[in-house]
Amino acid sequence: MSIRPEDILCPTEAGLYCPPGGFHIDPLRPVSHALITHGHSDHARPGHGAVLATRQTLDIMAIRYGEDFAASRQAADGPLRIGNVTVSFHPAGHVLGSAQILITPDTGPRILVSGDYCRTPNPVCLPWEPIPCDIFITEATFGLPIFRHPDPLAEAGRLLASMAEFTERPHLVGVYALGKAQRMIALARLSGHDAPIAIHGALQRLCDYHVAQGIDLGPLVPASEPGEARLVLAPPSAFATPWVQRFRDPVLAYASGWMTVRAWARQRGIELPLVISDHVDWPQLTATIRELAPQEVWITHGAEDGLLRWCELNAIPARPLRLVGYEDEPE
Amino acid sequence: MKAFARLLERLAFTPGRNAKLTLMSHYFRDTPDPDRGWALAALTGTLQLRQASPSLLRRLAGERVDEQLFALSYDFVGDLAETIALIWPEPAAEGAEIPLAQAVTTLRETGKLALPAAIADMLDRLSAPERLALLKLATGNLRVGVSARLAHVALAQAGPRSADEIAEVLHGLTPPYLPLFAWLAGGPRPELASAAPFRPVMLSTPVTPEDLAALDPAEHVAEWKWDGIRVQAVSEGGLRRLYSRTGEEIGAAFPDLLEAMEFQGAVDGELLIRRGEDVAPFADLQKRLNRKTVSRAMLHSHPAVLRLYDILSWEGEDLRPLPLAERRAALESAHFPSPRIDLSPLLPFTSWDDLAALRAAPHAAVIEGVMIKRLDAPYLAGRPRGPWFKWKRDPMVVDAVLIYAQSGHGKRSGFYSDFTFGLWDGGELVPVGKAYFGFTDEELRELDRFVRRHTVQRFGPVRQLEPRLVVEVAFEGLNVSTRHRSGLAMRFPRISRIRWDKPAAEADRLDTLRAML
Repeated sequence: MSIRPEDILCPTEAGLYCPPGGFHIDPLRPVSHALITHGHSDHARPGHGAVLATRQTLDIMAIRYGEDFAASRQAADGPLRIGNVTVSFHPAGHVLGSAQILITPDTGPRILVSGDYCRTPNPVCLPWEPIPCDIFITEATFGLPIFRHPDPLAEAGRLLASMAEFTERPHLVGVYALGKAQRMIALARLSGHDAPIAIHGALQRLCDYHVAQGIDLGPLVPASEPGEARLVLAPPSAFATPWVQRFRDPVLAYASGWMTVRAWARQRGIELPLVISDHVDWPQLTATIRELAPQEVWITHGAEDGLLRWCELNAIPARPLRLVGYEDEPE
Repeated sequence: MKAFARLLERLAFTPGRNAKLTLMSHYFRDTPDPDRGWALAALTGTLQLRQASPSLLRRLAGERVDEQLFALSYDFVGDLAETIALIWPEPAAEGAEIPLAQAVTTLRETGKLALPAAIADMLDRLSAPERLALLKLATGNLRVGVSARLAHVALAQAGPRSADEIAEVLHGLTPPYLPLFAWLAGGPRPELASAAPFRPVMLSTPVTPEDLAALDPAEHVAEWKWDGIRVQAVSEGGLRRLYSRTGEEIGAAFPDLLEAMEFQGAVDGELLIRRGEDVAPFADLQKRLNRKTVSRAMLHSHPAVLRLYDILSWEGEDLRPLPLAERRAALESAHFPSPRIDLSPLLPFTSWDDLAALRAAPHAAVIEGVMIKRLDAPYLAGRPRGPWFKWKRDPMVVDAVLIYAQSGHGKRSGFYSDFTFGLWDGGELVPVGKAYFGFTDEELRELDRFVRRHTVQRFGPVRQLEPRLVVEVAFEGLNVSTRHRSGLAMRFPRISRIRWDKPAAEADRLDTLRAML
């Protein structure tokens, strides 16, 4: 009798579950054994029994949830036998420590859980690696052909151009604390902004961690005492709090793939939308599927209808998992 | 086209007036002719292009993109031009830039049949932001929140010329306005070759009874302040033009009035809707504004008239340097054959108390106060303080309860500064209006704190508030409105006082407001 892919990995209410390995991947609720692709809070949750993840993802979880975020933990390092399958972690290019997880059963299809991934070079994490597989499980956050992310350095250039045009106005950029914040800083540095950058308190520890991992972010100062810093980074939620009132006539910017869509930026009162995303855009998403040429594509979350239609047009078997609980761009 | 696309994108997201001015003045400074002139025409709404219909654009997109993927994307984006700009296949390689002038020329001169292919060909060679700019031009709707006046002020920022002078010169020119930019760069002032130009308008400043006490009534005249639209009617060299006070041409919506302009000159007055002897409320006039064409039925049911205040030019002679006394005499002796044009009468008064009595009891509801003008003043552009005063009727006020709040932009970033207020109708609060101003910076901080402490529910950027804070709302007039649930719409509502002391239950009732109609 042949082994079906869903015997090796299947969607459950707690998230993707691997019966022969007895573990979940990125579970949405506490489970006994969890494999975690990356440290964003909707993928990496506290309260599991045992957690297997990259060393950096484990560090990030400890920073966010405290050292006791799980009963036990193990850093992924090379292929590992769990139950009746072998698992291995491979860079996903999404945020620091992010990984794709490959499940190789003794017999049956190899399944690659890509987690969230990005193929645009990112100065703050390892680049995505192509991993041959039979079943490719992908996100579809930006699974519509309207999403073509521009060169992130060009977007950083637009930010600096605005700062040069409005010298009197501080520029506040909304960024998620893990990944986007550090990438935005690195992009500003690459574009020639050497002056101190002010960061909101919620970004401090994760920025410190990136620096400790050898990623140069240049001079950072707390936003509470910005001094001469005219570029300020904060989690987007801070824009709706009195925190923002300390800045005089600020330009509110926001770095996100969603900034492609004007209504999205306008509803949030954003004056300078910057299209900088840690996810694959449509051309990258479709190119990845062509490149890996899997037998079947499973879609975890996002705009799956668009990607399903593309797979149909290209005669690639695909199915939506419709996992509920992953946000489009987690904070 | 790159710089123009960048400008449109920034303007579309920039709420602040000063920031908009900076963006535009930098664009005009850095962009060569003739592109900047075409951009100016596009921003001020004077660009005449062949328009592409939404269905034409949809067909074009249908030839490039799977229909189902397009429909999914359109649902997501919500705007047709934006969806097409984003979804259109990228050029294989970056080609030579298409100058704005070239795009405009193509849209102006291509025949109807060849237009779709011409647009598709340009879309094939542009980046996404440029594609959006092109599609906005082709659909005739930039939506960047810039008035002609604001564009003129931006041009004025770069040099010694005032926005009024620029407006006056611009009206004699056609895009791409090369002589204008040459003049701004120090060249000769362009001759006002074209007939019927706009003359910058003279405006008034508010006055209080205390201010008036220091002035001599004998040196002034007074007249009613009509609640219509201030216009300048110019009929010269066979051309008839009706301008708003900012210099925008609005004649297309008022063919009945254009027809009545049987004179040679430029006059200043109030555009009104009149039925018999009665002047209709402002809401009736509003129905005729912002229309490209006007129906026969509307011309009949809402006839436009012009009530004159002043005369700027008559049969070739510029009267603006003359004192008001002489201009008024010229106005009274000028002949206007059409009954649609009459004079705003001067009010009889010898003391300010006389005038106060008139102001307190005007004979018509559409009178919003009195105007007081110095007899010896020439007609000056702008808003000089002293020669002209407006003494408005006291505003109407109601005590209303704040029910929703939304955060502001620019200098008010992070503050809840946009409020919806309501009045009691039975046990329920019915929204009756919105107010964004009227309070001081300190009061803004207090209101912001109140909003944060008393939020019941959030709907995206909007917070629903506990019904407990009463504000006194002042407004200038009241109209019946089918668009508002309350059936009423206020004019210029603002928060005149915050009633921290007053319990919400004691705020006014909807009936009280209805009775003010």
